[in-house]
Amino acid sequence: MIETFRNNKLLQFIVLIAVFLALCYLITPADGNYFWRLPPLLKGLPLAINNGVDFLMFDWWLIDVYDPDIEEFEKKPLMKEITRAIGGFVLFLIEFVREILLGGVKTIVTFTSWDWATANPWARWPGLPWTVVAGGAAILGYALSGVRLALFVFAACVYIAVFGQWEPSMQTLSFVLIAAPVSVLLGLLFGVWAFKSKRVEAILNPLLNVAQIMPHFSYLIPVMVFFGIGDHAGAIATIIFATPPMVRLTLLGLRKVPAEVTEAGLMTGCSRGQLLRKVQIPSARRDILIGVNQVIMQCLAMVVIASLIGAKGLGNDLLIALNRLRIGLALEIGVCIVLIAIVLDRLSLAWANKQTDYFADQSFTQRHKFSLMFLVVFVVGVVLAYLGRFVFPEGFNYLYLIPHNKGITTEQFWQSGVDWVWETFFYSLKGFNEWFIVDVLIPIKTAFLNMPVAATFTLAMGAGFIVGGIRSALIVGGFLLFIALTEWWDRALITSYLMTIAVLISGTIGIIVGTICAQHSASSRFILTVCDTFQTFPSFIYLIPVMMLFGVTDTSVLIAIVVYATIPATRYTVEGLRSVPEALQDAVSMSGVNRVQRYFSLELPMSFPHIALGINQTVVFALSMVIIGALIGTDDLGQLILKSLSERTGVGNGMMLGLCVAFIGLAIDQILRTWANQRKKALDLP
Amino acid sequence: MKYLSSKSLSAVILAGAVSLMSTTTVRAADSTAPIVIPIHNWSSQIVMAYVLGGMFESMGSNVEYVPADSQAVYESIRNGDVTISHEVWQSTFGKSFYNAMTKGGVIDAGTHSATTLEEMGVPTWVIEKDLCPGLPNWEALKDCHENFTTPDSGGKGRWLEGPQSWHGNLMPERLEALGLADKWTVKFAGGADALWTELASAKKEGRGTIVFNWTPNFTDADGFTFIEFPEYTEGCRKEDGGDGKCGSPKGWLKKAANYKFPKTHPAAYTAFSKVDFTTTQIGQMAALVDIDKLDHKDAAKKWLADNEALWMPWTK
Repeated sequence: MIETFRNNKLLQFIVLIAVFLALCYLITPADGNYFWRLPPLLKGLPLAINNGVDFLMFDWWLIDVYDPDIEEFEKKPLMKEITRAIGGFVLFLIEFVREILLGGVKTIVTFTSWDWATANPWARWPGLPWTVVAGGAAILGYALSGVRLALFVFAACVYIAVFGQWEPSMQTLSFVLIAAPVSVLLGLLFGVWAFKSKRVEAILNPLLNVAQIMPHFSYLIPVMVFFGIGDHAGAIATIIFATPPMVRLTLLGLRKVPAEVTEAGLMTGCSRGQLLRKVQIPSARRDILIGVNQVIMQCLAMVVIASLIGAKGLGNDLLIALNRLRIGLALEIGVCIVLIAIVLDRLSLAWANKQTDYFADQSFTQRHKFSLMFLVVFVVGVVLAYLGRFVFPEGFNYLYLIPHNKGITTEQFWQSGVDWVWETFFYSLKGFNEWFIVDVLIPIKTAFLNMPVAATFTLAMGAGFIVGGIRSALIVGGFLLFIALTEWWDRALITSYLMTIAVLISGTIGIIVGTICAQHSASSRFILTVCDTFQTFPSFIYLIPVMMLFGVTDTSVLIAIVVYATIPATRYTVEGLRSVPEALQDAVSMSGVNRVQRYFSLELPMSFPHIALGINQTVVFALSMVIIGALIGTDDLGQLILKSLSERTGVGNGMMLGLCVAFIGLAIDQILRTWANQRKKALDLP
Repeated sequence: MKYLSSKSLSAVILAGAVSLMSTTTVRAADSTAPIVIPIHNWSSQIVMAYVLGGMFESMGSNVEYVPADSQAVYESIRNGDVTISHEVWQSTFGKSFYNAMTKGGVIDAGTHSATTLEEMGVPTWVIEKDLCPGLPNWEALKDCHENFTTPDSGGKGRWLEGPQSWHGNLMPERLEALGLADKWTVKFAGGADALWTELASAKKEGRGTIVFNWTPNFTDADGFTFIEFPEYTEGCRKEDGGDGKCGSPKGWLKKAANYKFPKTHPAAYTAFSKVDFTTTQIGQMAALVDIDKLDHKDAAKKWLADNEALWMPWTK
């Protein structure tokens, strides 16, 4: 009897749920009842964090510095000087790239001074005409891959230029061109370090978890306090957001390098550095490249958020357009962001895949043909831009730069599209929306809020115990305890309610769509591109049409979350199913099962660990969207994080709230990951 | 040890600087370091940013624009990352502004003539359709909430208020104080976009809606009527110890600056402190973008060219 219970997890879960329900029923909601809600013992922590940061930034180790502008001594704290120096350097790099593309004076000022630059107005750096940049990018595409990539890159550049988004796009590009390589380098560095040292890995792992799940809004304020406001701050926030997946994938890739390969490297007499550079990293290329892809996607996904702390370019224009409800314009800007993401992704992929031909014996022109081609493009472009000055008398030189609002626009078209959707679907959706809110959402929300804290702990820790033993139970309990001891437990319950529903919907859609698309390689490729597009397409844009249709309600919030959170569920399902070995599939088919049987008896179980990780990522994505949901209007943790932007104790509150969100994710991560790993072991998968 | 070293260090620098100071004279002209002007996400603010930028440039200063969050910008002004803010709305940004001022580093650079009103209200067609007879007087709200319900409002009428970061619990407290809480409930929207979307979709559907809004704003053009609550008096709000039975004050629109600005750019600061726009002028700036569909920069250029008589004297 006890033996069956011990082995039957399903039975254990049923008992757990019974206990949970009994607790819900038995515990009376009362303020002093600690089984109902724990006391907010950590209430003072945000203020303490805040004071700590303030002390570090403004009072610690003051140095008297003479400020010639105000002719007074000023006490400047050491920390602030250091962080501002870092920020200044990053800003210099961004401005340098930006001024190559668009022209300007900042780089010159860095080497001289504002006084000098003001006195010498001729000292301005001219930007490249857009034709030269587009041509150059196309040549780069041709050099790295071939005509197809060149054509695609050129078409993307022309689209951006013709729609009058050249200037903001180049501003965004210059910031991504710094943030992405830095993230890749940092990711490689930490990944290799963690690979070499178990201790580093042990320290890094929880940090990465937190950095990945914590909503980006909650570290915007600390970044702003430490580094100030501007493109550099945006870039730094982006780097924090984009580096973790790179570290993880580097580590994963290096782990997968077969011992034989490493030994072969050692036998040929590689030094440790050579082993790493020439053997291990190239062997781990596949995973590292996925990392690079993720970095680029993350960087462009951050474009809009980064503009809140001063990044210039498309993100800022997008927010302004949305604030005037100009959805068509916002959509065009969104397409530019996606195009930049795809172009950078394809180019970096082509670069990494390019083989060096060591044996070619080439003449000077052959070796330098691409540089020569660029020279030609450069000269032609500059001459054209110069002539353009005479052709276009009204002051806009279209061959140099198509100004912001002088390009083609399809705004009207999109706007009427949105109107059409509204007129066609509004009334039928209205009924659905009312039913959904009244009969589904509100009851679930009330149920979540009526859960006594003791019952929640029993359920979560019990699930942890059944899946992963006492260790998992304690880890899950620890995360929950932190949240329960803040004053935001109820808010966290609302966040969990939104997340739970969103993950259920996203997971179902993702697994079904993923399964259907994984049947053919063409449809898998197509759906993966769709995933890339939606991952970088700024979610802010569809917030407005969704709000038009569903109002400022939780339905809108959920739809926004689901659109984004379905991406990983789909992606991992496709990848999981495609990685089931063909030999195995054939073997099963030969034993006479039909298509459906094969799916349920072979493919689904085999790819389960992969799909479980996909659901894990769905949880992460859903939690990160909770903040975007707050922009529609919620009463959960997200709304408070937004609020902390204007509070005096904003740094502390923002960080603590961010941690609460992260810990919800980590608790779920703990259970799902342990489960996935067990299944992997059982199936003998790598 | 820590204190010792920092003290001795400062002594050395001080000694060096005393010798320096005797040689330098008072700077007559403005510094050439750029004046950093924040760009937020509504039209009048952006156009005014470029207008002020153009004005500073005409005085020979260098100017730089930086996108910034409208709540968080005061912390940046305090730290000197941003130099000025030219639209500090009393009820929405007053809290952030004074918080930063208490911490030190932000100064009050004067007030515009324009008065602002930030209050709950209805699009004018709601009154024309007579969805709540008696509006704009607030007493009308006592028996018309059925026309303002939403699925998630639990049968009560809904007020769509801005995010909680704008005025905390002001509106729920006001409903409570005015005895309307059993008929009305407050929903916090996530941002201004949500408010405008609500206005647009309510208009299409022809249903009643009460939203938080302000004037001058681009919604003025479509007609928007603010509800008249009992008049605001000093300290009448719950958070200030009053009974909460009052509406919003006619608010000020201030200008803020970093404390070093007067010292580094004396001439530009003097001009900035003289800058004074009326509600109509702010409305004009917004209209150039929202109605005439000009680019923000072009709108600023046009405004500067058309109104030289107004702004030129400030720079003198």
